[in-house]
Amino acid sequence: MKILYFAFLRQRTGLGEETVEAPADVHDVASLVEWLKTRGPGYAEALRDTSAVRVAVNQEFADLHTPVAANDEIAFFPPVTGG
Amino acid sequence: MAVRVQREDFDVGAEIAVLTAGRTDIGGVATFLGLVRDIAGGDEVKAMTLEHYPGMTEKMLAEIEAEARERWPLDECLIIHRYGRLEPGDRIVLVVTASAHRQAALDSCAFLIDWLKTTAAFWKLEETGQGEHWVEARESDDEAAARWDESPTKAAG
Repeated sequence: MKILYFAFLRQRTGLGEETVEAPADVHDVASLVEWLKTRGPGYAEALRDTSAVRVAVNQEFADLHTPVAANDEIAFFPPVTGG
Repeated sequence: MAVRVQREDFDVGAEIAVLTAGRTDIGGVATFLGLVRDIAGGDEVKAMTLEHYPGMTEKMLAEIEAEARERWPLDECLIIHRYGRLEPGDRIVLVVTASAHRQAALDSCAFLIDWLKTTAAFWKLEETGQGEHWVEARESDDEAAARWDESPTKAAG
């Protein structure tokens, strides 16, 4: 799956996007977050407080319970501040 | 549908001229132009960098525009939002709505900018004398957007 990070999440993880092969037990956003946090201190720091993080699956707003699959595009970002 | 996310500046007059060229059914055009302010939360802002989510940002803006067209009888609608590094005084965002009558144009323009601030995927990194920081979402913006939930105006033309 393709993972995108924006704003402070991009800075903490140190990358804007990556393609990962998640373990079989990653089936929703919550389990994906838990797995990503094990990948390094930058990830753990970026995803530490999920109440400050928004997520989109295939460019639609999603939540921790949204299912994810191998070909999905998942984006993590803070609440938006446009305009 | 007219939604543009771009690095380049835009010319408000030229955009309105294009939108209304040859149209005799439009009676009113409302615009909102957002500029970079030099003070934010008491700190002097030297510049800000706008980041967006290519693909999703455009899609969200298009959805917001479709919602406005559902609620008001709009003849034309245009949203331009810039990204990249901008300095105080620079134009950031333009919303133009055109309708047969002024109320639909004015109300839909206010709706679009309120919704855009809380739902379109943009993030602002401000450069101040104290260093760089990401602008946090504001509750007052959420409240401004929420008032449209309470009064779903099907404005008469």
